[in-house]
Amino acid sequence: MSAVVDTHGHGHDHGHEHHDHHGGYSGVMRWITTTNHKDIGTLYLWFAGIMFFAGGMMALVIRAELFEPGLQLVNPDFFNQMTTMHGLIMIFGAIMPAFVGFANWQIPMMIGAPDMAFARLNNWSFWLLPFAATLLMLSFFTPGGAPGTGWTLYAPLTVQQGIGMDFTIFAVHILGMSSILGSINIITTILNMRAPGMTLMKMPMFCWTWLITAYLLVAVMPVLAGAVTMTLTDRHFGTTFFNAAGGGDPVLYQHIFWFFGHPEVYVIALPAFGVISQVIPAFSRKPLFGYASMVYATAAIAILSFIVWAHHMYTVGMPVTGQLFFMYATTLIAVPTGVKVFNWVSTMWKGSLSFETPMLFAIGFLFLFTLGGFTGLVLSLVPIDIQLQDTYYVVAHFHYVMVAGAMFSAFAGIYFWLPKWTGKMYNETLGQWHFWLTLIFFNMIFFVQHFLGMAGMPRRIPYYPLMFETWNKISSIGAFGFAVSQLLFLYNLFTTLKSGAQAPQMPWEGADSLDWTHLPTPVPYHTWETPPVLK
Amino acid sequence: MRGSKLLCALGGLYAALACSSAHALAWYFPSAASSMAQEIDHLHQYVMWLIIVIFVGVFGFMFYACFAHRKSRGHPAEQFHENTTVEILWTIIPALILIVIAWPVTKVVIAQKDTSSPDLTIKATGYQWKWGYDYLKGEGEGISFVSMLATPREQIDAGAQKDENYLLEVDRELVVPIDKKIRVLATAADVIHAWWVPAFGVKQDAIPGFIRDIWFRADKLGTFRGQCAELCGKEHGFMPIVVRVVSQEDYTKWVAQQKQAAAAQAEDVNKKWDPKELVAHGEKLYSANCVACHQANGRGAPPAFPPLVGSKVVNGPKEGHMDIVLNGKAGTAMAPFGKQLSDTDIAAVISYERSSWGNKSGIVQPAEVRARHK
Repeated sequence: MSAVVDTHGHGHDHGHEHHDHHGGYSGVMRWITTTNHKDIGTLYLWFAGIMFFAGGMMALVIRAELFEPGLQLVNPDFFNQMTTMHGLIMIFGAIMPAFVGFANWQIPMMIGAPDMAFARLNNWSFWLLPFAATLLMLSFFTPGGAPGTGWTLYAPLTVQQGIGMDFTIFAVHILGMSSILGSINIITTILNMRAPGMTLMKMPMFCWTWLITAYLLVAVMPVLAGAVTMTLTDRHFGTTFFNAAGGGDPVLYQHIFWFFGHPEVYVIALPAFGVISQVIPAFSRKPLFGYASMVYATAAIAILSFIVWAHHMYTVGMPVTGQLFFMYATTLIAVPTGVKVFNWVSTMWKGSLSFETPMLFAIGFLFLFTLGGFTGLVLSLVPIDIQLQDTYYVVAHFHYVMVAGAMFSAFAGIYFWLPKWTGKMYNETLGQWHFWLTLIFFNMIFFVQHFLGMAGMPRRIPYYPLMFETWNKISSIGAFGFAVSQLLFLYNLFTTLKSGAQAPQMPWEGADSLDWTHLPTPVPYHTWETPPVLK
Repeated sequence: MRGSKLLCALGGLYAALACSSAHALAWYFPSAASSMAQEIDHLHQYVMWLIIVIFVGVFGFMFYACFAHRKSRGHPAEQFHENTTVEILWTIIPALILIVIAWPVTKVVIAQKDTSSPDLTIKATGYQWKWGYDYLKGEGEGISFVSMLATPREQIDAGAQKDENYLLEVDRELVVPIDKKIRVLATAADVIHAWWVPAFGVKQDAIPGFIRDIWFRADKLGTFRGQCAELCGKEHGFMPIVVRVVSQEDYTKWVAQQKQAAAAQAEDVNKKWDPKELVAHGEKLYSANCVACHQANGRGAPPAFPPLVGSKVVNGPKEGHMDIVLNGKAGTAMAPFGKQLSDTDIAAVISYERSSWGNKSGIVQPAEVRARHK
């Protein structure tokens, strides 16, 4: 907790020393020109927060429409636009940038590096995002509106869409570019800028999960770019990649898309695993159990994720050998994922547990993510999947993984690191209320959707048969409760930033990475100008 | 005691939920009407029980730790952080469990894929937004019809009282005999759809330009309902699949009826229709086939669905109008209706469009359509 090596960072009056700390600019120019990993991390997180609320509003439109079996608010066309944009915004706008934000803040501090390897590139990778998001949102105002194809953008439905589809395609290109640049930066930083003595196998688990994630991103984002570019040329330049009449195949699109799409699931999940692997040991006051096996399990999941893509496509009519191969490969993922869950539980075992908000979200993550993993195992089995494919069971499954998985983990990370970053302590009571309400309403929305799926409700329908009414009502009420609970988070966040109590140097006594043990709280603008030496 | 109270409370909650809707609370697979659906149900229960046991086991440990190893109880943190034996065990045991799961599942996958020697082969074609059925081989060969949503728009868009089978009813059901192996060839004319009947445990994407097959053998009489399962545009929620399973005798009777009706309806395309009759006939067909996109008032929903009011095609030469209705327009939702409707019906629709909403470009006789229909 002492032994602070950084000689520039003691001052709490850093706000007055712009030439030294903020690169000479102030106001909005500071944020536009910043090359500081902490500023850029902050920008990513605010951006993700705004997108999270934008995507959330769309989810509310969807749930409001589904409150009753007939027409409520929006016509089927607009409903489809909502489901498409909700998915795209939440995945590319909210979840991914949120974890890149954590990576920017934490990775240099955790490995003892002064900043990211390519500081200017880092600025650019962030500033691509607002343009991509604007382009995506503008598609609503084009004739015909945003694409109504679902976030998967399946051909040939994409060919029928208006110009909004082209806006979306270009937005995806830019988002992909941002991800690739960000990933190159993370890989380079981790491989080249670790402090002396910080071997790879000494890195905090969060850095490991991000290193592996960054490789996944570099591998798959170009594949997505290819898929949407082929869609673009099919739409405008007479190619027939996905049109049988010209020798193409609509299913080819799905193969390409899911070759990106399945690793993408782990792009979202792995950094979430990383955050949880920091939080659980800190609040168990005990080192992470099975560090080495955790690294191997993460790598195994990443590698397996490249050979399971067609489990999203069991109903397209693959040959039996194809179905069996993808089924066996998919079930195998349960093994390394199981190792992770067992390791987390063993970390808690015989620790000295306390349950502040970050730990609550981590335990919520562990419980609900595992539930989502198990429904994933159910869906991996071809005959059962044939009954459940494209139903609400799938919707429930991936929201357990995305919301109770990634989003809970992001909340755990925010509550965990906010005191370190800002030097302000959030309100613990409000934080715990936020957790419990989020947990209850989350399950109210999504647990019942398993029943809807089994009973036969297809996904992406605006109106539905009467037998599905009760569960849909419960789910919709849950959605509004969930939304209100997030306002509590916003309130807590703003009051903390404005007038939060001063955080102690070590708010969490079990935290043991370099940023906690060797840097002051709040962290100064520049850290590790002289690298620490680990022995 | 506490357990029974909890059960009562849960029972009460269930009753309250069940009463809040006039319908029985559907929360599980519909009861199986084929051995395949039965197999899927068994597999699902088998896997679910395994999962529940593992889940309770793992989280039993976690919640016990949350209770017993709390700091507030003064539990000191131990510092162990690895144990090779345990780690190897919990890698191998889950792998073995997966093999136990995979074995019975594999057998079902292989059975599901075996579409050989069917008694009856039917082609199901997905259109935006209806299903076309062609009986290709077996008893009833040659029967062909289109099956469309029968729920009135007032029940969907307005507050009219909804029928029991709201959104799950069609004008013409697919009829199949009981205990016969039915092979379904799924394909589509425009975008991807999916043909799905939960009670039979079959779902197959219908892919434009390709044919994929599945099979089922219904073992219960009755009417079974499903919906299109792949997002296919704005009316995706409005193309149900309804299959009526009948006895062999009833099926034979039904086939005979269909053949008779087809013969009686084999209209003379050379008959000259009275314009008023033709337009009246066209209006009915228009509201069944065209309103979803072009709207009842002919104004469409531009730019995806162009208006017919004052349209250049509708008010231009007949040939252009006939071509677009017969052959559709690539890259849009406009389907080639030449494959779905008879020449007389197409002439009627065109005549209706050319003489409604202020359009005055004359009618088209069936013989003209026949001449244009290649």
